[in-house]
Amino acid sequence: MKASDTLINDLAPQKFGRKGVIWTTALIIISIAGIIAYIDQVIKGQVVTNMNDYALWGIYISNFVFFVATSFVGAVTVAVLRLTDNAWRTPIVRIAEIISVACIIMAGLTIMIDMGRPDRLMNLFIHGRMQSPIIWDVIIIPTYIVICLLLLYFPLLPDLAILKKHFSQTHPKLSKWYGKFSLNWTGSDKQKKIQLKSIHIIAILIIPAGFILQTVDAWLFSTLFRVGWDSTNMGAYFISGASVAGVGALVTVVYVIRKANKLENYITEYHFDKLGKFLVLTCLIYLYFNINEYVIPEFTSKKEEVTHLNHLYSGQYAPLFWFVIIGGLVIPIIVLLFKKGRKPLPMFYIGLLVVVGSWWKRFLIVTPTLLQPFLPIQGVPESWHHYFPSIHEWVITFATLAMALLIITFLVRYLPIIPIQRTADEQEATKTNKPLSS
Amino acid sequence: MANKKTENGSENRRNFLRLGLMSSVSAVAGASLISNLATGEEKKASGEKVRVLTPDGKMVEVDAESINNYPEAVITPEESRKGIPDKKFVMVIDLSKCKNARKCVEGCQKAHKLDDHQEFMKVQLMQNNEEGSPYWLPKPCFHCDEPPCVTVCPTGATFKRDDGIVLIDNERCIGCKFCITSCPYSARTFNWGHKEKFDDKSQPYSPETQVPAAEGTVMKCDFCPDMLRQGKLPYCASSCPMGVIYFGDKNEDIVTNGTETVSFSQLIKDRGGYRHLEHLGTKPNVYYLPAVNRQFPVERGFDVDEEILDRYKDVPIVKEFKEQGKL
Repeated sequence: MKASDTLINDLAPQKFGRKGVIWTTALIIISIAGIIAYIDQVIKGQVVTNMNDYALWGIYISNFVFFVATSFVGAVTVAVLRLTDNAWRTPIVRIAEIISVACIIMAGLTIMIDMGRPDRLMNLFIHGRMQSPIIWDVIIIPTYIVICLLLLYFPLLPDLAILKKHFSQTHPKLSKWYGKFSLNWTGSDKQKKIQLKSIHIIAILIIPAGFILQTVDAWLFSTLFRVGWDSTNMGAYFISGASVAGVGALVTVVYVIRKANKLENYITEYHFDKLGKFLVLTCLIYLYFNINEYVIPEFTSKKEEVTHLNHLYSGQYAPLFWFVIIGGLVIPIIVLLFKKGRKPLPMFYIGLLVVVGSWWKRFLIVTPTLLQPFLPIQGVPESWHHYFPSIHEWVITFATLAMALLIITFLVRYLPIIPIQRTADEQEATKTNKPLSS
Repeated sequence: MANKKTENGSENRRNFLRLGLMSSVSAVAGASLISNLATGEEKKASGEKVRVLTPDGKMVEVDAESINNYPEAVITPEESRKGIPDKKFVMVIDLSKCKNARKCVEGCQKAHKLDDHQEFMKVQLMQNNEEGSPYWLPKPCFHCDEPPCVTVCPTGATFKRDDGIVLIDNERCIGCKFCITSCPYSARTFNWGHKEKFDDKSQPYSPETQVPAAEGTVMKCDFCPDMLRQGKLPYCASSCPMGVIYFGDKNEDIVTNGTETVSFSQLIKDRGGYRHLEHLGTKPNVYYLPAVNRQFPVERGFDVDEEILDRYKDVPIVKEFKEQGKL
């Protein structure tokens, strides 16, 4: 009994410390600034952005693609690790689920920021045409949001019941809410059976849904006549890239939460070692697709391809391109291949590097291609040859990132980020040497 | 309704187009005097008689119901989806005659109330290979038969009509800009911000004129269906002093630049007509006649405003010309 009490005390949601309050306030301020900037954009029009008739998709779209990619972490860690029965996943799955939920919700919101006429959103439903890849996105994103929410929610049920009991004396109000959301969980065999079955179905469901989501996102680009997009590589390229972005984000968030909530006993170096191996695996797969995308076209040297690639290798986006390739891919691979590199602190920095690299990677996929159309950009003002986001675009984009972090922070504040029931069961199982069914 | 009446020889082709088109005007816009005269079509008489002057100068008395209400008759977004019956519009641009006079650009901009930098018709300076001599390429929307923009549009705001024209309904457009990225010819432009002229509702909106434009929606060259309905050439074709732009009906195999009328298929055969980026499979309805036996040296095209010239300053051939002191 003693053991389970410390467990609950350790894992139950904790109030913010001073740092937590500062962190949350900062996020709220950034979010509000972004909302103000967006309202201003709605009033004045997208003229407040630095987009033009050539670079007509900028960081709004690349930020959207980044969110979609990062939301893949739920599918890749939770479901894949679950189905392959990797037991080390227990303390990190819920964090992955939370990241997925936050990112896919923000993806759904950010895509609207890029709309010239957000007031006509309903036209997508009134006049929607199945031929258009945008409609595919309209279908898959809400589907994925629902699946992600369920994947977060169902495994939470027993923990919510535990928290209801835990907080019944200290925070009766909070306890009541936990009780409501726990759906009268008693832990009976019947309930357990239904819950296990449901989780299993969703864990299987999220894999094709995740793959479709990433692929549809890739098809948004590869269905168009554009050099750098018109490639059969895109689907797999996006899926592997999403794994990198997702696991990178997971590593970073896990490190921060572990530190903030003092979970060193639950998320150990062993888990970081495993996560590191997982991240390096995704990076290696992504490297393979990057070689396909950036090196192989050089062999046939089609003029348009080479112009596009040279634009990246040595043109105006070269510093960014090399930062993304070396910082976001090569360095993480080298560091993570060594055991010392898979210790928590280096992993945190590598994770951060991977996330920043992944964000800029999406920018490099979206914008340089637009600046290399088939017919040269001529007879237009000088500024149309370049694109760099405006203040409005930056403020709004940072706000969307802040909102995603805010959702994560909020969920971390009120949910047990490490599954309590499951950890207890596992500890029990190790004691009695019985294998635990997933 | 098919009106196959044609005129012979080298008479003014606008007249020809008018007669060819008028039958459709009566179908879509409601009433058309000339079409009634040409087709002898029966219409309900209102009893009220009106005296009008015909294009050849005769005064006739007709029933008020038979009067062509154009241009007052506005083609609504719904009507604009149908297209002009029995027509298949095609454009042929003779590159050997273009000297970048920019009259097509200006005519188009004036008619569509566009700003300086918003050009449905762009004139590009092209060079096919290192040895090739540079030439001017006027580039409208190609009104493809396999239009990628129509495929990707999530709401059907951009659509392909039976007469081959691709239009945009700016009352349905949500501004996702997907169509702009899908166009391999960079034919589309976007209204990034609000402009005062958008509020001028004196002319009711029609996708056929794209006036008044709306913020956050897409625009592009429309082949001027409002002019076609009146039997006139698109503004670019009629403003070109060199007769570079031929326009006509593929069904009737005839195109005209306003002064000269020729068989479309013969013109393409004789002059080696081609379509831009044929290999993409978009099947454009704009053909080019190669820039051979030029009427003007390419340098003549540099006789434009400093500001316009400045827009071409990054083009390799312009840099070369500058070094040679030709500019």
